[in-house]
Amino acid sequence: MRTVNPGTYFWQGNEACVEAAIIAGCSFFAGYPITPASEIAEHMAKRLPQVGGIPIQMEDEMASICAVIGASWTGNKAMTATSGPGFSLMQESIGYAFMTETPCVIVDVQRAGPSTGQATKCGQGDVMQSRWGTHGDYSAIVLSPNSVQEMFTLTVRAFNLAEKYRTPVILLTDEIIAHMREQITVPPLKSIEIINRKKPKVEERAFFGLEEVPPMPAVGEGFNIAVTGSTHNEYGIRLTADPTVHRRLVERLSNKIQNHVDEIADFESYNIDECQIGIVSYGCTSRTVYEAVKNAEKRGIKIGYVRLKTLWPFPERIIKKLAETAEKIIVPEMNLKQMFYEVERTANGLAKIIPLNKIGGGELITPEELLAKIEEAEKND
Amino acid sequence: MTETFSVRKYLRDLKLPFCPGCGIFTVMNTFLRAVHELDHKNLSKFVFCSGIGCSAWIPSPYFIADSIHTPHGRSIPVATGIKLLRPDLNVVVFGGDGDIVGIGLSHFIHATRRNLDLLVIMVNNMVYGMTGGQVAPTTPFGTKTTTTPYGNFEYPLDAARLAVTAGACYVARWTTTHPNELKESIKKAIKMQGFRFIEVVSQCPTAFGRRIGLKSAKDMLKWFKENTISIEQAEKWSEEHLAEKIIVGEFVRRQRPTLVEAVYKIIEEAQKNEEN
Ligand SMILES: Cc1ncc(C[n+]2csc(CCOP(=O)(O)OP(=O)(O)O)c2C)c(N)n1
Ligand code: SF4
Ligand SMILES: [Mg+2]
Repeated sequence: MRTVNPGTYFWQGNEACVEAAIIAGCSFFAGYPITPASEIAEHMAKRLPQVGGIPIQMEDEMASICAVIGASWTGNKAMTATSGPGFSLMQESIGYAFMTETPCVIVDVQRAGPSTGQATKCGQGDVMQSRWGTHGDYSAIVLSPNSVQEMFTLTVRAFNLAEKYRTPVILLTDEIIAHMREQITVPPLKSIEIINRKKPKVEERAFFGLEEVPPMPAVGEGFNIAVTGSTHNEYGIRLTADPTVHRRLVERLSNKIQNHVDEIADFESYNIDECQIGIVSYGCTSRTVYEAVKNAEKRGIKIGYVRLKTLWPFPERIIKKLAETAEKIIVPEMNLKQMFYEVERTANGLAKIIPLNKIGGGELITPEELLAKIEEAEKND
Repeated sequence: MTETFSVRKYLRDLKLPFCPGCGIFTVMNTFLRAVHELDHKNLSKFVFCSGIGCSAWIPSPYFIADSIHTPHGRSIPVATGIKLLRPDLNVVVFGGDGDIVGIGLSHFIHATRRNLDLLVIMVNNMVYGMTGGQVAPTTPFGTKTTTTPYGNFEYPLDAARLAVTAGACYVARWTTTHPNELKESIKKAIKMQGFRFIEVVSQCPTAFGRRIGLKSAKDMLKWFKENTISIEQAEKWSEEHLAEKIIVGEFVRRQRPTLVEAVYKIIEEAQKNEEN
């Protein structure tokens, strides 16, 4: 059982994701090849057997997520990785994982859609799908890294949140972060917090209720677990006719995430108490924000930003705070406005929300384009 | 076999949801009888996976056992994750014809090809029972269903033959008029490794029988009996003659290296190389 040694490496984002997953305790990977996520499957295929884990290439993405769900019920940590088309195929079973409270990690390396779109180019078009992709009422936990280092830390965090809240967690990254190479530091293993799911005591039988996050047994332990995606009571028994059973179940599943937004929703912020213009960004797009902000400050513009590391549940509190200070908030995205609406809804008229969108060719919004938008916003006061 | 057989030993105290006369009762009973005759006092060495449909309700949540009731068609991939990580457990899939060879067909073929150590028991009632009697990939040509009001214009799939071609270690087909043969097949299959497939042609009087002019379960069983021929007999007949027949028997029994064996061998080698 050997995880990577602590130290400094020069890794691709997808590679960092794999090593982090293994450190987090992942012992099963099932996937189906797709650019720009294939390197995750390839590294997993090499690395997992070395640490006693199992990688398997399934026949499609529906099978991949389902094999991961099966693996999770054996008490193991498991993940899959895909991109837009495969992420769409997984949606039904992501809802199943949510309904059955099956911890697992789904990596979506975004590329330019819809459909096969520009298969090798970056995009940020899956933001809303990551939140609302499956049918029915639910809550999603979605993390968004903006560097290779963060691919590492947020992959570990994705597993920890999945285990803690017994729910699927999506690592929503993108082609640029997944494919770029950067220096990364793997800290001493002892300093990395690893959370494992709560196991039931021998006499416990309620694995689907009573507590906000119930304990989770594994198959083969003698608990006679009944797992179903249909509406069920706290013992897992299907009860599809009773409105209260459904209400109680689905509200608890949603609330166990929504009641902990402050813990789950992580972000980086700068100068949000004094700024006149704010920026809300995430993922690869946020990488140009730093330079644009520096240059705007040189021009005397009072500027601040919030960079979302958790997209969902949406960190409303910090966005509200920003909206109370800033007169205008720019939301740069590599899509045709997705997070824009969430920021606008949260700001609720306190600030003017300005979109900055660019799609096609995987081209990032440049610092110059962002700076131009900042200056335009400042002038039009 | 000291204790007398009782299904109650293996079933939760819940009311079963199946229609009177449904063949699913026979499949459920026969499976539990086989388990009993193999001296399993309980189902603790088993994990059951099943998708969506009447037949998929056999284990979930009625069996006192670990049971995972998956999305429609996805029981086999869920079982794949379980079996790979818990090779010591007996993983059994129950499902309808729609679940296993309709929406889940690709998983069925690939699990067979991989020789995943799994027993799949498919209840073939030739129809989508749960949703009210729509045409299935197993519905005979010309049959009227709710979505083929002028008669089915497609040919049915022979799941047993498909499993043989894809590489299954054990394949058998029986009807609900063959509980003893079925029981012996289940016992044999439980004891084997690799991919094992048992198809049970079963009556759905509610959503199928009454639409094809067979008003009761009894009429349907009579129809099965009159149209069943053994695989040995079938070999002597022409395709033309066989078109309307239900061929029953053991289609294959063989051994080849299983997925679990192959995967664990690779892990062992990878770890050895790591140490060197
Ligand atoms: C993705 C999806 N599509 C459709 C359905 C609706 N559905 C439920 S059961 C079923 C067919 C079941 O037929 P079969 O597997 O033959 O089982 P039976 O009821 O006949 O035993 C369908 C289509 C569903 N639950 N999920
Ligand atoms: S609808 Fe058909 S298959 Fe379903 S329980 Fe009734 S008789 Fe059985
Ligand atoms: Mg059917």
